[in-house]
Amino acid sequence: MRFKRTMLVLCAGVATPLSAFAQTSPTPALNSGDTAWMIVASMLVLMMTLPGAALFYGGMVRAKNLLSVMMQCFSITALVTVLWMFYGYSLAFSTEGMHAGIVNWHSIVGGLDRVLLAGLTPASQYQTVPESVFVMFQLTFAIITPALIIGAFAERMKFSAMLWFSGLWLTFVYLPMAHMVWSGPGSLLGDLGVIDFAGGTVVHINAGIAGLVACLVIGKRRGYPHTPMPPHNLGYTVIGASLLWLGWFGFNAGSAVAANGSAGMAMLVTQIATAAAAIGWVAVEWITHKRASVLGIASGAVAGLVAVTPAAGTAGPGGALVLGLIAGVVCFFSATKLKHRFGYDDSLDVFGVHAIAGIIGALLTGPLASPKLGGFGTVTSLFGQLWIQARGVGFTIVWSAVLSLVILKVLDRIMGLRVDAEQEQIGLDLAEHEERAYNLS
Amino acid sequence: MKWVTAIIKPFTLDDVREALSEAGVQGMTVTEVKGFGRQHGHTELYRGAEYVVDFLPKLKIEVAVSADRLEHAIEAISTAARTGKIGDGKIFVGELDQVIRIRTQEVDVDAL
Repeated sequence: MRFKRTMLVLCAGVATPLSAFAQTSPTPALNSGDTAWMIVASMLVLMMTLPGAALFYGGMVRAKNLLSVMMQCFSITALVTVLWMFYGYSLAFSTEGMHAGIVNWHSIVGGLDRVLLAGLTPASQYQTVPESVFVMFQLTFAIITPALIIGAFAERMKFSAMLWFSGLWLTFVYLPMAHMVWSGPGSLLGDLGVIDFAGGTVVHINAGIAGLVACLVIGKRRGYPHTPMPPHNLGYTVIGASLLWLGWFGFNAGSAVAANGSAGMAMLVTQIATAAAAIGWVAVEWITHKRASVLGIASGAVAGLVAVTPAAGTAGPGGALVLGLIAGVVCFFSATKLKHRFGYDDSLDVFGVHAIAGIIGALLTGPLASPKLGGFGTVTSLFGQLWIQARGVGFTIVWSAVLSLVILKVLDRIMGLRVDAEQEQIGLDLAEHEERAYNLS
Repeated sequence: MKWVTAIIKPFTLDDVREALSEAGVQGMTVTEVKGFGRQHGHTELYRGAEYVVDFLPKLKIEVAVSADRLEHAIEAISTAARTGKIGDGKIFVGELDQVIRIRTQEVDVDAL
């Protein structure tokens, strides 16, 4: 038993901890400790969207758009849950027709044998936990990924168009991506050897690139960049970032799908990388702007959380420290300089933080998995694994960019993506929802 | 009778109110306003986006005084609101033609 568990952890280091070993080896006994942890981890990841991302983003928009952001997070949670039940879990995690080393249609997208959660009973098992818990855990990842994108088109997208975009993006971009990385032997990127412990490619690069494409297609907010659009409540943003930090332990340590040493180490390196990135961002800010800002330290922390996500299962504490510092420093420049240099209106820096930190993390995950650099993976060739990681990153960028562009262009043609100028002026809360966040007088 | 309008820094309000009471002024109206004079605004920086805030928050106080109390009132405001730094504000003085206390129908100086 101990040997079997060790094998699982070792294999997890090589390719993907979420792979369906349960289906290729005798099903291990259900473990109540693992199960309890995965139930909690699922709740933590859900908390990252509601209210984590809702507050993090909500604080950064103007007061007239707060409710629209919160509504987007909330409605995406509901929509994705239903789609996940209908066909999402099947397209992402069905292992029908998959064979290790063979590239076919099912290397890219799962089959339809689990549609409407067919075959799921209280006795169904995924590794050592009930499959129902695994379905729930993975659902929370499917929820947060489209919810991250809304920061890029905040304050100007039609609610109806946002719903269509989120549903279509989940279906055509996220579900195949999750399948290609996490569905086990026979998956496209999994077989390639790409290490993505908790979703650096699937979640963060994927969402970050989609965000960049979305803000380019939908266009700048009216008045940007000349009209001041300061965050209306950075207190919300700090609370949101704090909830993201806390919830991320479910995201990263939960991706071990067990309450074991891998989960414990994932938790620790997540904490270290996040702290290092917060320090890195603020340090550069202090030097260049002579001030350490609240938005800066919160943004830095999120950059660190993103960067360590793919590496959490294989990097050591030292690797996490370096990874976090690099992510904090680089994302400071991508979010504060790059955007203004090129003039795109990625309103809440989905690209500048999630895509950039995601790419840094996904690339460095390769070398940092090597015991030579204090890692716990089985990587022997630093540059060899770096190259594999780079191919994974490149694939994700192209995949997300092309498909997101097609979805957005089609929706723009059919229904229009933006609210009109007057609605944008009075704010989405009133224009789209006929409600106001603040009725203070 | 004179109509005195003063723009002051918000944190000096309590001192100004006290000084005006001591000068015999029996009532005042305070409004939160924004504006600019010689004092420059300040800048705010959010993820590299720099905003210059031109209009600074100030308080506008309005008092009606009899002509013989005008100097005391001006003295009180000038002393209490003065920090010596740019942005202390201004006092405007104008003629006041008529005052009526609604409750009693008293007029002019009796109504002050």
